[in-house]
Amino acid sequence: MNFDRKIENFIAFFIHHDGYKEVLLGLSNTVKIAVIGLLIGIVIGTVIATVRVIPKYKLLPRILNGFCSLYVGLFRGTPMVVQLLVFYYVALPLMHLKLDSVTVSIIVFGLNSGAYISEIMRGGIQSVDYGQMEGGRSVGLSFSTTMMKIVIPQAVKNILPTMGNEFIALIKETSVVSFVGAADLYKAFNYIGTNSYEFMVPYLVMALIYIVMVCLISLLIKIMERSLNKSDRHH
Amino acid sequence: MIDIIDLKKSFGKNEVLRGINLTVNKGDIVAVIGPSGSGKSTFLRCINCMEDPTGGKIIFNGVDIADPKVNINIHRRKICMVFQHFNLFNNKTVIQNIMLSPVICAKQDRRKALRHNLFHKDKIAVRSVADIKKEARANAERLLARIGLSDKANVYPSTLSGGQKQRVAIVRSLAMNPQVMLFDEPTSALDPEMVGEVLDLMKELAAEGMTMVVVTHEMGFAREVANRVLFIDEGVIMEQGEPAEFFGNPQCDRLKDFLAKVL
Repeated sequence: MNFDRKIENFIAFFIHHDGYKEVLLGLSNTVKIAVIGLLIGIVIGTVIATVRVIPKYKLLPRILNGFCSLYVGLFRGTPMVVQLLVFYYVALPLMHLKLDSVTVSIIVFGLNSGAYISEIMRGGIQSVDYGQMEGGRSVGLSFSTTMMKIVIPQAVKNILPTMGNEFIALIKETSVVSFVGAADLYKAFNYIGTNSYEFMVPYLVMALIYIVMVCLISLLIKIMERSLNKSDRHH
Repeated sequence: MIDIIDLKKSFGKNEVLRGINLTVNKGDIVAVIGPSGSGKSTFLRCINCMEDPTGGKIIFNGVDIADPKVNINIHRRKICMVFQHFNLFNNKTVIQNIMLSPVICAKQDRRKALRHNLFHKDKIAVRSVADIKKEARANAERLLARIGLSDKANVYPSTLSGGQKQRVAIVRSLAMNPQVMLFDEPTSALDPEMVGEVLDLMKELAAEGMTMVVVTHEMGFAREVANRVLFIDEGVIMEQGEPAEFFGNPQCDRLKDFLAKVL
């Protein structure tokens, strides 16, 4: 096996046949889908988690809670690929909508990670000592104010490592968006591979890019964690 | 000031409070004692609706705050509570702990005043947010100086000792200018050497005329500072009276039994 020739071949395609453009497009799409998906997920997740922890004396919170359980159950009960396919090939035609595949991927990733993040958030909120809520309520703050100012900031600190894992999982899971035709990293390297009749090096480089991205994210989370840990440190 | 009428509370089938009547007047210092599981903490927590009563009324300044329709948050500003486990906000520094609620409440009032001014001819004076914060900070600094913790203003609660935490928790309540303060076993979670500093602060407040309801195991405090002592057992007030009479000449057997054990 002539490895040098394979690398030369790859470099030739990467630079001279616009391979790098495909890869950059794929990389930007991958990051776009994961980041925007995560942000949508955080918003949905926080809302659902809050609905699930508010006291349920009244009817409205109970109905909302039932709806949220259904949502979480649906999205955790099916694989991401199935959700993508159903959304793209079933839901959109039924609604007579046309969206490009990257947008669809962003929406589905947001909805999906919302379900997971809601559970992470709920765990985080419940891990905060109930005394914190009582302390806030005892000096006249409302439930929502105490939640926003006291409980959620502490919950976020507790769940940051888990949140990082969720983001890493999202980044890696973007490799399935080519099922609906979105141009991601996999599609870019697949393109190089098919055109150069040589898959070994392209897929190796693809793996490398994923690893580098994940390492960068882990580093970022560690830095964030350290800055959030101020209140635990002794001065 | 507070009229508690036939207060009842049950958790599921477990009836914890079975009809308690009590009137707390301005300047009263009421000590509540009783064996564990007697419902004394639940009783205290019902007074500011930390636990929602399942029956009866709590009339505070003429309003029945046990009514679920009443906005309890407005009234809790004036009935503050101090907990056994301090419950300081872990993500806020000491001074932020004290300032947080006064600033938020003042901002709420400000928004309300602004809304009022939009629709009514009689204008309410509106303070600027900067003024509100400045005032809250000055007040917090004054309170910290009072308990001798000015140098701890910018540290997080996790670095304080138990006694310091509880004193900060007390001034956090004081910052709201409450009319009544409720103490739920404020010294039970403290090391013995730190009990004194907290009790001293509470005695100071008592001397200044603060109305207080204190659930406590400190019989010395109850005898010395309170002007009324309640003995709660099995969800009812078994006996109450002035401390001298209460401790010197207890009437019911339960109380005699209890005092024999703890004194």
